[in-house]
Amino acid sequence: MAEMTMIKAITDAMRTELKNNEDVLLFGEDVGYYGGVFRATEGLQKEFGEDRVFDTPLAESGIGGLAIGLGVTGFRPIMEIQFIGFMYEVMDGLAGQMSRMHYRTGGYYSSPITVRAPFGGGVKTPELHPDSLEGLMAQTPGIRVVVPSTPYDAKGLLISSIRSDDPVFYLEHMKLYRSLKGEVPEEAYTIDLDKADIKREGDDITFVAYGAMVHSALKAADQLSEENIEAEVIDLRTVSPVDLDTIVESVKKTNRAVVIQEAQRQAGVAAGISAEISERAILHLEAPVARVTAPDTVYPFASDEDVWLPDHNDIIEKAKATIDF
Amino acid sequence: MFQILDEDGKVVNEDAMPDLSDEQLQEIMYRMVYTRVLDQRAVSLGRQGRLGFYAPVAGQEASMIGSHYAIDKEDWIAPGYRDIPQLLWHGYPLWQSYLFSKGHYKGGQMPEGVNALIPQIIIGAQIVQTAGVALGLKKKGKSQAVITYTGDGGASQGDFYEGLNFAGAFHVPAIFVVQNNQYAISVPADEQTAAETIAQKAVAAGIEGIQVDGMDTLAVYAATQKARQNAVDGNGPTLIETLCYRYGPHSLSGDDPTRYRTSEEDDEWEKRDPLVRFRKYLESKDLWSEEKENEIVDEAKADVKAAMKEVEETPRQKVSELIEIMGNELPNNLQEQLEEYRAKESSE
Repeated sequence: MAEMTMIKAITDAMRTELKNNEDVLLFGEDVGYYGGVFRATEGLQKEFGEDRVFDTPLAESGIGGLAIGLGVTGFRPIMEIQFIGFMYEVMDGLAGQMSRMHYRTGGYYSSPITVRAPFGGGVKTPELHPDSLEGLMAQTPGIRVVVPSTPYDAKGLLISSIRSDDPVFYLEHMKLYRSLKGEVPEEAYTIDLDKADIKREGDDITFVAYGAMVHSALKAADQLSEENIEAEVIDLRTVSPVDLDTIVESVKKTNRAVVIQEAQRQAGVAAGISAEISERAILHLEAPVARVTAPDTVYPFASDEDVWLPDHNDIIEKAKATIDF
Repeated sequence: MFQILDEDGKVVNEDAMPDLSDEQLQEIMYRMVYTRVLDQRAVSLGRQGRLGFYAPVAGQEASMIGSHYAIDKEDWIAPGYRDIPQLLWHGYPLWQSYLFSKGHYKGGQMPEGVNALIPQIIIGAQIVQTAGVALGLKKKGKSQAVITYTGDGGASQGDFYEGLNFAGAFHVPAIFVVQNNQYAISVPADEQTAAETIAQKAVAAGIEGIQVDGMDTLAVYAATQKARQNAVDGNGPTLIETLCYRYGPHSLSGDDPTRYRTSEEDDEWEKRDPLVRFRKYLESKDLWSEEKENEIVDEAKADVKAAMKEVEETPRQKVSELIEIMGNELPNNLQEQLEEYRAKESSE
């Protein structure tokens, strides 16, 4: 096993699949010669050639259409949207086209496409770069939304996404790209796309989180542990569809839940999960399901993002209020 | 504007005359007549409430049939919602086109070996997808092209420019046909753009562009054949603008063309009718007769009847079936909902 950053694990997953299947293609803006603005695709064009790893003209809707057309002609495209805010430009390709290809053709065509996009706050990017738009895609049936939180998960989930015959929107949190390292096997391995992972076990309260918030939840859990409060931390890994079985099972044990997301409070992933917990486990709850989220504004300018983004202190506060309810 | 036959069916451009046998010329006329009848029947079925969404095609037969006749069986089509005739002549069964019209998922299941996407509803989405299909064909080293269709309104979409530009940049075997039928629902073509022609938009993408008389099936055929040859020879994409006219409404869903068009204008275009013009040409060569045409009308009507029967015998789709076809793998949320709907349906 090797120690890898998340970005290296992502590159490694793509290399593995480019090697494994010659129908895998990788394309987007600056992903070829340059190796991507974050270097996620570094060296891949050199290794696999311009036919397999290539730059496109600067037009997101064109990139989405390209992926769909390549998908129906037998390829397995990995397309990169350079920053998540640019997905508005390809919303029809994502939500209107690839998500329903299988449905509207009665299974005749599929969209075996992996859409990769960096997202997430805390790294002082310009506006329309750090937004958490996973809730928008989670509204769309027919497309899975995957958000890894560790290098190990990043590689396994990305390989599973590339091998999936259905479209996957794979979101890479920019703050996690290089901020943590972890053990990553060198060989190919997959992680079940629809399965949440329990990152920390505990009996007193359930934290449900994904992406960078998993680490905030773990930090909060460690501090709470000093006060003899043991939190169970569930990492969703896939935010659409959500693995409700794992969540409900945990809540039945802990009787309390806090759902945590970096995104704004209105609608979104956490709202859906808290409704599901209420519907499925209300009699097991000792307190209302709480949410830790950003406020319902546009993502702020970089100078305000540290206050705007939820952190471990917000989680601790909400957890204590839930326990004291 | 590229033309071969004038309104009287006389050859005005002998040099451009495509090399077609008498049988092929008759086949083109056969398809145009058959398509006109299908359209008349579909309009009438639609008014009786026996079809779902339908976009009439009368007036566009030369553009549709002429361009389709120039491509190969192995080539791909990425149609807009009005481009049902090209799909039918490519091997998509009529009864399935009716199921598509009614929103039945079985209407979207292309028969094996028919290289086509199902009709696109979003204006312009097929244009960017075409760039992808064409790149796929190029990467697989196939001697195939992809032809896509949109209208004058479609040429205003961002996806139109992105698709043309991608196809040009990747130098792929794509043919973009803009059927300029003069109206995007009610907005006339001259309000879509200040450009003199839509064909000239090819210049911006660095690809070939040509404006063709879209009521002249031989001109459309010749232009498409050349575009197809260029595509499979590795000479890149072509944009073809066919100037034509839609006689009927935009669709049968409430559009009333008398509110935005005059009967004088309709009459003017009907004088250029593609069927009349080509019939005159064939008659001058002794290749057509009223009797032959009547046989086609009867054949088409009988086919419509048989297709409608098949549609009416197709079981209604179930919500559980729709859940099952959402994707290749059934995620946990759908597994749960599938059981719910199966139970509901079995108690019905």
